Amino acid sequence: MTIFTHEIDDQGLAVLTWNDPNGPVNSLAQSAVVALGEALDGLLANDAVKGIVLTSGKSDFVVGANLKEIQTMPQNAETVLGFVRSLHTIMRRMEQGGKPVVAAMNGTALGGGMEVALACHHRIAADNPKAVFGFPEVNLGLLPGGGGTQRLARMLGVQAAMPWLLQATQAKAKEAKAAGLINEVVAADELIGAAKQWLLANPNACVQPWDEKKFRLPGGEVQSAKVAQVFMGAEAMLRKKTMGNYRAPQLILQALFEGCQVPFDLALDIEARYFTELLLSDQAKAMIRTFFVALQDANKLKNRPKDIEKKQFKKIGILGAGMMGAGIAYSSAMSGMDVVLLDSTQESADKGKAYSDTLLKKRVARGKMTTEKAETTLARIVATTDYNDLTGCELVIEAVFEDRTIKADVTAKAEAVLAEDAIFASNTSTLPITGLAEASQRPAQFIGLHFFSPVDKMPLVEIIMGEKTSQHTLAWALDYVQQLKKTPITVNDSRGFYTSRVFKTYVLEGMALLKEGVAPSLIENAGKLAGMPVGPLALSDEVSLELMDRIGRQTQNDLGDAYVSHPADSVVQTMVHELQRIGKKSGLGFYDYPADPQGKKALWSGLADHFPVASEQPDIDTVMQRLLYAQAVETLHCVAEGVITRAHETDIGSIFGWGFAPHTGGVISFIETMEGMDTFIANADRLAANVGARYQVPQLLRDKAAAGESFYG
Amino acid sequence: MTDAYIFDAVRTPRGKGKKDGSLHSVTPVNLMAGLLLDLQQRHQLDTSAIDDVVLGCVEPVMEQGADIARTAVLMADYAQTCAGSVVSRFCASGLEAVNVAAAKVKAGEAQMTIGGGVECMSRVPMGAGGGAYYTDPSVTNKLSFVPQGISADLIATLHGFSRTDVDAYAIESQRRAKHAWDNGYFDRSVMPVRDQFGLTLLAHDELMRPEATLDSLATLKPSFEQHGGLGFDAIAQQIYPQVERINHVHHAGNSSGIVDGAAAVLIGTKEMGLALGLTPRARIRAAASVGSEPTIMLTGPAPSARKALKNAGMQASDIDLWELNEAFASVVLLFMKEMNIDHSKINVNGGAIAMGHPLGATGAMILGTVLDELERRDARTALINLCVGGGMGTATIIERV
Repeated sequence: MTIFTHEIDDQGLAVLTWNDPNGPVNSLAQSAVVALGEALDGLLANDAVKGIVLTSGKSDFVVGANLKEIQTMPQNAETVLGFVRSLHTIMRRMEQGGKPVVAAMNGTALGGGMEVALACHHRIAADNPKAVFGFPEVNLGLLPGGGGTQRLARMLGVQAAMPWLLQATQAKAKEAKAAGLINEVVAADELIGAAKQWLLANPNACVQPWDEKKFRLPGGEVQSAKVAQVFMGAEAMLRKKTMGNYRAPQLILQALFEGCQVPFDLALDIEARYFTELLLSDQAKAMIRTFFVALQDANKLKNRPKDIEKKQFKKIGILGAGMMGAGIAYSSAMSGMDVVLLDSTQESADKGKAYSDTLLKKRVARGKMTTEKAETTLARIVATTDYNDLTGCELVIEAVFEDRTIKADVTAKAEAVLAEDAIFASNTSTLPITGLAEASQRPAQFIGLHFFSPVDKMPLVEIIMGEKTSQHTLAWALDYVQQLKKTPITVNDSRGFYTSRVFKTYVLEGMALLKEGVAPSLIENAGKLAGMPVGPLALSDEVSLELMDRIGRQTQNDLGDAYVSHPADSVVQTMVHELQRIGKKSGLGFYDYPADPQGKKALWSGLADHFPVASEQPDIDTVMQRLLYAQAVETLHCVAEGVITRAHETDIGSIFGWGFAPHTGGVISFIETMEGMDTFIANADRLAANVGARYQVPQLLRDKAAAGESFYG
Repeated sequence: MTDAYIFDAVRTPRGKGKKDGSLHSVTPVNLMAGLLLDLQQRHQLDTSAIDDVVLGCVEPVMEQGADIARTAVLMADYAQTCAGSVVSRFCASGLEAVNVAAAKVKAGEAQMTIGGGVECMSRVPMGAGGGAYYTDPSVTNKLSFVPQGISADLIATLHGFSRTDVDAYAIESQRRAKHAWDNGYFDRSVMPVRDQFGLTLLAHDELMRPEATLDSLATLKPSFEQHGGLGFDAIAQQIYPQVERINHVHHAGNSSGIVDGAAAVLIGTKEMGLALGLTPRARIRAAASVGSEPTIMLTGPAPSARKALKNAGMQASDIDLWELNEAFASVVLLFMKEMNIDHSKINVNGGAIAMGHPLGATGAMILGTVLDELERRDARTALINLCVGGGMGTATIIERV
């Protein structure tokens, strides 16, 4: 089978259909690029052909480059440049072939697919509610390398093109038309007809604006005062948003600045060089691996136990209607499940349901949902105090207070009314699942589902396997998370599991630095510069120092002599017990929080009295390194102990669980790809010698490094 | 090496750099040519003896483009043999032009020169020439560029200069400038700008606000807070991560004013001066330029001053009067702190906060101002200094003879 087929009607209009037999979607695989070139050459050389409609035989138009294939190419500049230039050449032949070409986009056109459409002389989209248009490349550490940066800027102007390229804005057909990305939106069944109509009406529309002699960049030339200001501001905004950590948006700006000042073919080459630079970078490799490969695998449940029938949940129960319970109820109802939201008093249960009401009303107000749909969704949630209402629930999640006795009590009460095959999950973030499962009559059907707050916004769910949890239960838990459209990672039981355990090391290291006399502003900025969303001290305040104190003492009690103290323990102690500064909720922590919600928090001026600032300050790189390495080493211990086994999920969990520097591709990627294992070991050894034993890496890493093995298998 | 002597230093008054400024109708080339002509007439100079005119100009584009020095020389009816060139060292261009002119004399390349500068900011606005430095993302990224006002606010933040500190400095600049004008300290060197009928367009510095008080300045909003919020504060913090937040203290009242103006300094060998019937007023003892960290940008004055002192074999205590361009109040406050200079010895007749900063001309202007003051006080030495975009400093030491 061929990738392209065509039909020529009696008016001389050719419909060229892209339908790649090698996969479920059309992508710019090398084979497709070659075939596109050949198909176009044939039609352009055919005198009977007056115009060409380019469309797709798939439900999407074209979804972009074939990243997996590109990564299998020899990773050198000549090869990559050669491929990109061959793509440019074909697109230029399409633009300059002397026949009008119209893109008839029946569905989604993203990345390279959108770039092919931009190289057509006209773009018509079907009014397909599922179709989206845009350039997601920047999210994978890349730029649109098929002429996208240059054509879009020449179509929309530099300033208007920026959000599409820098923020990967995606739009539905009508919004894309309003923005000038596509020219027409028509009913799906009129798509080819409309495309032919346009060709008949515009037989000579075969010259792109940028190939016209009189072409002027819309919105002003690069060197005009207005556009120069745009570039100055764009760079500042970028640095503010990314702390300078991301190479792709930076090179997109450079491609726009340099490319839009030279003739088009030269501009394409500037873009090609920057694309190649990015593609060959460690950062793009890391980001593609995590945000493309790993995320897709996780969302598609690649590691779900096989041979267990897929479960579609219709009714679930939630015990405890506090913040977490209410959030899980909302997400479940939004995914079409009936939810029984149970609490000890009707008032609490109602309050939990009211949380969904508030969120749904917001959606309606923003025009994201109809009133009817919101009402139906809310009606799915039943707020109750009666355990009998749980009858028929296929899954019950407890989200009650972190107290073993209370949890044991609700587990027993729920199991009493549940069907034989129903599973039971705990949303604990601190208590080992195996212990909690002891309260269950059927520990094989007991599992941990660790949600993150706020549940409606946080995409990750950490699934925790107790000692006795069955593969069947795991499969169902994965199905449930997928039904919520969230991303699961699976870990084994241990104190703090994976995410909470490693997250803690970031805030603790911040406090250890403070205790050593490092200026608090330097610590906070180092956290952000390293790529963490918030500084460690601000994060401590948000988590609440009081909570950390409570968990810390609980851990000490549980572990007894086995407890390994951390220099931050005494900082927490001082803050909570001496200074009564327990965190953000009280308005007093490492920061002072103004009563006015619009006001800005400021580091507490009295901090230096209790944690004197040393006269000699470390350089910023040292502080950044300590903050990232503390997390990385703890992750390695989790891996060595078997708490988490798959590197892909370890990366995803680190980014979506606690915000580990996304530009590194996640914590394992940071160790293996960004730092390199040998460098990492050398740095960690130095930190272990100079700072503390908590930087000692497990033998596993040395073995892997010595054997030249990858964590990614 | 030959010594370079200063025979005279003149300037135009500074007109408000806006459409309603009194010099707005005067083209840059005519403003400069007029001043060159005034200088020629005041000494009955034989301009065929002048080898070269070097002018500072920060935006040498549009009507300030195409080598305005040569154009002004010809428009002033100087001898055709007198050459002209333009230099840019951002805000120190006028002083750099003097240093280049002096260096030509010292090197024996020229016997008599003019160093000076011109900037009509009302007509060729700041940024008119563009520049990779501000706009090219590969450059702004690598250099961590922030606008100067953010740099000035960063200096204030790092050194703990409060809004009151910088405002108080500004009030004093206004007071000193008025006092100097009222007592005729500037009369000798300010050449009124006239129209074709000889009628005066402007004879005084137009921007001064001697009525300003701490209370009135306190009502002004910080000028760079919005820019900072856009992202430039974040850039500054990425280079200075010890800063929790930038304290935005500068505004129109404690920063240099936008004005139109020109200046010219006559520099030559003692012998050529004698031949032309000129009396040397001072000698250029030394000069120096340095580069400094570009994001904070405005910390070049102290290192450039130290370097000039070293080049001259002098100590800071050998300097009688200091003149540092008042680009922003915090720049002068920092310089005083770093060099341990008493406020009574620096910018004694006010500065650009009160009278304005015509970018390319200022360096030559303040050199003339302090030379007049040395003579009035019968003092001997002065160090002239400016902070410079891109992270630089340029300093010149003069000594009366």
